[in-house]
Amino acid sequence: MSVSTAKAPAKNAYLAGVRDGWPFIFVVIPFSTLFGVVATDAGLTLAQAMGFTVLVIAGAAQFAALQMMMENAGIIFVLLAALAVNLRMAMYSASLVPHLGAAPLWQRALVSYLNFDQTYITSITRYEARPEMTVAERFQYFVGVATPITPLWYGMTLVGIYAGEAIPEAWALDFILPITFLAMVGPMMKSLAHVAAAAVSIIVALALISLPSGTGLLIAALAAMVTGAAVETWMERRA
Amino acid sequence: MTYSSAEIWGIIAVLAVGTFLIRFSFLGLIGDRPMPPIILRLLRFTPVAVLPGMVAPLVLWPAATGGQPDLVRMIAAIATLAIGLWTRNVLWGIIGGAVTLYAGLGVTALL
Repeated sequence: MSVSTAKAPAKNAYLAGVRDGWPFIFVVIPFSTLFGVVATDAGLTLAQAMGFTVLVIAGAAQFAALQMMMENAGIIFVLLAALAVNLRMAMYSASLVPHLGAAPLWQRALVSYLNFDQTYITSITRYEARPEMTVAERFQYFVGVATPITPLWYGMTLVGIYAGEAIPEAWALDFILPITFLAMVGPMMKSLAHVAAAAVSIIVALALISLPSGTGLLIAALAAMVTGAAVETWMERRA
Repeated sequence: MTYSSAEIWGIIAVLAVGTFLIRFSFLGLIGDRPMPPIILRLLRFTPVAVLPGMVAPLVLWPAATGGQPDLVRMIAAIATLAIGLWTRNVLWGIIGGAVTLYAGLGVTALL
């Protein structure tokens, strides 16, 4: 992900956000279109697919929910798996507190709705590089980053819904979803702790594959989180 | 998919509210109080703890081949992961994986 570190002082924090947000359209367009295609393929109506995209507005969790639903998992497991994928956003939320905690409630609520990987990572990078920004400027910047991304996120799902009806089975779209997840996993391997967490996630999930849908994955995720945190702590003590 | 329309809308509603509450949690409610470092540390590993376990069975036993391991999909999965590791870029991983998948399917169809 490219994050602009332009040094020129922005006269307008909102426009600076727009400028830094637009390159992400190249991620959003295929990803959102794909959600429309896969959701339609899975049997969701247009309104349901758009409901996911507009109300949930979290790509990985939407795909996770869809995957579980295609396996006819119990509803509670669909919900837990998708929300588990989103738990990282609690950390995003926590790390924004020092920067935006003093903003009015409606602004914090809007930032929360728009808080996904691209907006968060771009904004937090800017806040840390420019501690002189006012709270109002930080809010404007965050909304600016979201401005090119969010309407495309909605619109391209709609395109995918219509295109999906024309896409034949031979295109093997079943496997585009795993490819999307795998593509997200690669860049996550930031340290030995992350590799260890991923390994434990895979081993435990495969070992518990016969448990009711979703249960094994949740146990695997908890084991992997503890593993990652433990390995990281161990590495810090060695260093 | 065997859910009723009401069940699907229920899933969407709970995920919408739940996702918003996760995003709103600390920013909205905690204010400036500091977080326990152990919680932050565990949360940081959430994505990498969930996605690999979710994707592994899909790669080993693809639904499209009736759960039989499939060489083309396996190679595409390895290529996607390798490109993601190399470029640190999600989009390149998706493109590279898709190209590998379709090249593999094309070659298989010709053989």
